[in-house]
Amino acid sequence: MKNFTYVRANSIEDAVSRATSDRQAMFIAGGTNLVDRLKVFLDEPSQLVDVSRLEMKQIERTNTGSLKIGALVTNTALANHIEVRRNYPLLSRAVLAGASQQIRNMATVGGNLMQRTRCPYYYDTAFPCNKRQQNTGCPATTGMNRTHAILGASESCVATNPSDMSVALAAIDAVVEVEGVQGKREIPLIDFHRLPGNNPERDTNLEPGELITAVILPPLSFSQSGVYLKLRDRASYAFALVSVATALEVAGDKIKTARVALGGVAHKPWRAMEAEEFLIGKAANKSNFEQAAEIALQDAQPLAHNGFKVELSKRAIRRALAVSAQGGGLA
Amino acid sequence: MTEEEQKLSPKQRSRRNFLGQSLFTAGAAIAAPSLLNSCQNKTVSASNALVEGETMIGLKINGQLKTLNIEPRVTLLDALRENLGLTGSKKGCDHGQCGACTVLIDGQRAYSCLTLAIMQEGNEITTIEGLATEDNLHPVQTAFLENDGFQCGYCTPGQICASVALLEEVNNGSVSYVTRDLTNPPELASLSESEIKERMSGNLCRCSAYNGIVAAVQQAAGQTPPSPAASIEHSQVG
Ligand SMILES: Cc1cc2nc3c(=O)[nH]c(=O)nc-3n(C[C@H](O)[C@H](O)[C@H](O)COP(=O)(O)OP(=O)(O)OC[C@H]3O[C@@H](n4cnc5c(N)ncnc54)[C@H](O)[C@@H]3O)c2cc1C
Ligand code: FES
Ligand code: FES
Repeated sequence: MKNFTYVRANSIEDAVSRATSDRQAMFIAGGTNLVDRLKVFLDEPSQLVDVSRLEMKQIERTNTGSLKIGALVTNTALANHIEVRRNYPLLSRAVLAGASQQIRNMATVGGNLMQRTRCPYYYDTAFPCNKRQQNTGCPATTGMNRTHAILGASESCVATNPSDMSVALAAIDAVVEVEGVQGKREIPLIDFHRLPGNNPERDTNLEPGELITAVILPPLSFSQSGVYLKLRDRASYAFALVSVATALEVAGDKIKTARVALGGVAHKPWRAMEAEEFLIGKAANKSNFEQAAEIALQDAQPLAHNGFKVELSKRAIRRALAVSAQGGGLA
Repeated sequence: MTEEEQKLSPKQRSRRNFLGQSLFTAGAAIAAPSLLNSCQNKTVSASNALVEGETMIGLKINGQLKTLNIEPRVTLLDALRENLGLTGSKKGCDHGQCGACTVLIDGQRAYSCLTLAIMQEGNEITTIEGLATEDNLHPVQTAFLENDGFQCGYCTPGQICASVALLEEVNNGSVSYVTRDLTNPPELASLSESEIKERMSGNLCRCSAYNGIVAAVQQAAGQTPPSPAASIEHSQVG
């Protein structure tokens, strides 16, 4: 690890102004992703701005009925909060599906949103990587790409976003609140992360110096139907090969609203909007779920080793939707 | 084995060996209560100052305030092992992937390899060395001994710290990925094997002593662990 100077921010403004005036500065919260990256020289900040002691640790109801989650709420506190367990069970389940209890105790909501890909080429500085350094090449496109993207990738990057939490947040239509020297702004979760295009070095639309301050969950009347299904190489403590978050609002025998988001398949949490639209007005049955799954994956472009993800995603969608149709729960 | 040791029960003997290896920390544990009072104040030294190069920081470890001179890049694990001689916490992977470095921070389990020591000023850190009292092993330590919760022992300090926290979490009504009804968390008496496995998944055991580890957690949870022979059949993932 390269050495750096260290400072504890004493306010949001202090943190933001330090990170804005020094472009080589980085925030640190739980440290579970950044410390790891520092150890292998993926990041070499001049200064670490420790935001972990700031007051962003509350979960509170807003007057519009949303739930506002401070950026420093730990993953454990989020998953166990009674309102989250009751009203956003798919979020609780998604967070609990990630990492291990130890990591979730340390990890924060803001840090989880900002965690970087687990692409092995990105992690190994012996290889070139467009995400690490622009225009150096992407060895994953022709190399070992079993864990890589099947949707929305580009020639310059086929990495996936590893966050489970973000997939549930995408399905919930969450909003990210950020603050920079210019003030506050809100970014819908589905626009927060980016597709790689020609700039895979940028994971998100956060501007330099901006700090995530909160995530806002709008009310979701049919959230009880929420499901988070994660498929991975071992039963626990492993990143998703494919994951899916679903929720269904069924009125009479017709679907009124559907939410389908996928993880492990793209550079960002992937909302399957066309599949959702297809389901509206349809009966909640097996054949419609099968068609929705086909639609969700119709643009999939598998690489040499990850073709299995296409079929796995379809099956995961069918299964999750079926459980959502039964009222949600453990899929 | 000396004559005197031969007279001891296996349990007392292991306690002895354990003590022999951790005299330093036994001392720390004795001194704990009085020092705890003097360092309960959460104010943090060097607050807000820009830290460059080596700095003196204070860490509260097993009830004792320790000062050490370190660079900001030093992880808590390295500070414990290299600066403070507390080598109970192990370095398995150094990347948050094995659990050998698990300690308790303000009672919550955490990987000491993924946090910087300087970030932990003011927090209560408990390592494996701080669990036993002068004459008594922590009940979780006893449970690991009595249920063969290890083979080589390298992962054991982390497994034990994780188990201690697990019991507390269940007591506090925490849920896991495999909890069927998220609004109805399991209790210790009814904590299933699949719940224990999921909740202990952040600690790998290269010797694969998992059946013994699950049994140890069951015993510490007040359940009656199955006999070792029975647990072979039980080991199919539930
Ligand atoms: C072995 C292992 C397994 C894991 N498995 C999973 C998994 O299965 N699923 C999953 O989802 N995750 C998994 N994780 C990742 C884990 O969820 C993240 O490391 C964690 O959420 C990051 O949060 P943090 O607070 O520790 O972030 P930090 O490490 O402190 O920071 C991460 C990044 O976010 C930035 N940052 C932090 N806070 C803010 C803020 N408020 N505003 C702007 N930027 C900020 C930092 O500058 C840094 O770049 C795993 C991690 C490990 C080590
Ligand atoms: S050494 Fe910390 S998790 Fe492996
Ligand atoms: S006992 Fe050897 S690694 Fe667990």
